[in-house]
Amino acid sequence: MTTLVFLEHHGDELLKGSLGVLAKAVTLGDGEVAGVVIGSGVRSLADEAGKFGASKLYVADDPQLEAPLPQPRVDVLAQLVRDKGIDTVLFGNSVLAADVAAGLAARLDAGLNWDLSDLAQEDGKLVGKRPALQDSVYVDVGWTSEPRIALFRSGSFDPNATGSSAEVEDVPVALEDFSVSARMVDQAHEESEGPSIEDAPVIVAGGRGLGGPENFTLVEELAKALGGAVGATRAVVDAGWYPYSTQVGQTGKTVSPKLYIACGISGAIQHKVGMQSSGVIVAINKDSNAPIFEFSDLGVVGDVHEVVPKLTELVKQRKGS
Amino acid sequence: MKIAVCIKQVPEGNGRIDPGTKRLDRSGEGALNAFDANAVEEALRLKDATGEGEVVLLSMGPAKAQDALRKALAMGADRAVLVSDETAAGSDLVATSYALAKALERESADLILFGQQAGDSDGAVLWAAVADRLRLPVVSQAAEVTHSGGKLTVKRQTEFGYDVIEAPLPAVVAVSDAINEPRYPSLKGIMGAKSKPQETVSLSDLGVEGERAGEQGSRTEVYALSDPPARADSKKIEDDGSAAQAILDFLAEKRLV
Repeated sequence: MTTLVFLEHHGDELLKGSLGVLAKAVTLGDGEVAGVVIGSGVRSLADEAGKFGASKLYVADDPQLEAPLPQPRVDVLAQLVRDKGIDTVLFGNSVLAADVAAGLAARLDAGLNWDLSDLAQEDGKLVGKRPALQDSVYVDVGWTSEPRIALFRSGSFDPNATGSSAEVEDVPVALEDFSVSARMVDQAHEESEGPSIEDAPVIVAGGRGLGGPENFTLVEELAKALGGAVGATRAVVDAGWYPYSTQVGQTGKTVSPKLYIACGISGAIQHKVGMQSSGVIVAINKDSNAPIFEFSDLGVVGDVHEVVPKLTELVKQRKGS
Repeated sequence: MKIAVCIKQVPEGNGRIDPGTKRLDRSGEGALNAFDANAVEEALRLKDATGEGEVVLLSMGPAKAQDALRKALAMGADRAVLVSDETAAGSDLVATSYALAKALERESADLILFGQQAGDSDGAVLWAAVADRLRLPVVSQAAEVTHSGGKLTVKRQTEFGYDVIEAPLPAVVAVSDAINEPRYPSLKGIMGAKSKPQETVSLSDLGVEGERAGEQGSRTEVYALSDPPARADSKKIEDDGSAAQAILDFLAEKRLV
């Protein structure tokens, strides 16, 4: 098996999600695992990526690849897959990666399985696990031909810095005309403190039960005390209380941190699908009938305005001691 | 401007997978995929803004998917094309994008719109595959679309904030559900929809070879279904002033603080 992992970056950082997929690929332990970094001025990122267990790092470094647009990346990957006889291409999900994976599937007439939470070798076959229909059923999926393409849910795997080093190889960049016809003219990024929601081991999320945007400080302070990130429900994002980049749920991000604390969140199915695979779920909500309690490990029927600040204080005391 | 909107009929409610065929059970009531209503709405707005043009709906599915198309016609679209063929059943991304691209080639629209995901499969991938087959530029997660001088300007939502992307027409755009509030069909719209053209085409009408459709044309398969892993026993407590301490103790026990 020759596996290629698409290593996405934002600014000068590799995304943990794609490094996690790389770690998973390495544990399958069958054949060569290579990574590919595509962008402009990304040579040092390729060196960095080499520490995460790949035996080979391909780098496509070209000013035309600067903007995070999918189609030029499809061109690079399609050529790489053909030239190197790659049979499996893996992606960690993102807005960009989903478009790249689907474009590549069409280009190569290759099967794409998406929203996978795991991958395993079973009886010599590669089998993907896909939670479907609001995660009410798990589906084992596979591929009938090569190359195989898979897109994983964010947060499915942790990166593993093995400290290895990989041979870095430059790959040629030849782009189709239609691939460069869309052009990035501006980027407005919300800079947030602390870890991003895809990467955070702990997420503290707020919903309508907070009562108003000003009360998000309660959530922010608890997240800070726990070294985590802040998440939000669709309802509060739509109401303009918090940025879209923090939205957890069907139309936002799917996350699976080790700990998810839901504050004033009812647990509508739209939100549930985005966070139910978290390790431990704690919910605080005034309404004892809120659906969130059906899938929480610890549910507290209480007022978030009282419980959350107290908990923040207790966490701080414990960490201080 | 001629705008094609790709829509899907999805099962009403939560849906189920047929354990026999391992495919989504499409025998029950169907509904217009809610996310596609945003794409229809955006098409109508863009048409209104230019004051001329046509909005064509395109779908692939069983004959009763005409109901979903009729609902979108009632919103104000001009006509509908349904690709319906028994050999297309069980098509995955590779097969679906191929047939859909063939149907879209026949229309030569200036703009092709998709909704942000399918409510049943949670797929959010079809547009990029279709765009690649048509060799057209693609922009997804569009939160705002403006059109002037044969060019689109799209504000795209990403994990990191907003991107502004320009693309020449023709182009493929998948809209976010934050882009608009879809209109409800008026009574006049509902009555009018009944007399709007609804065409059904087969795969051979489109020149899609049998081996490129359905399971034969697909590159993925389903092996087995299983129940999701159950969450271990959960605890629920009422706050009597000590809940914060109880949470801390719980987190400490799980080694999370």
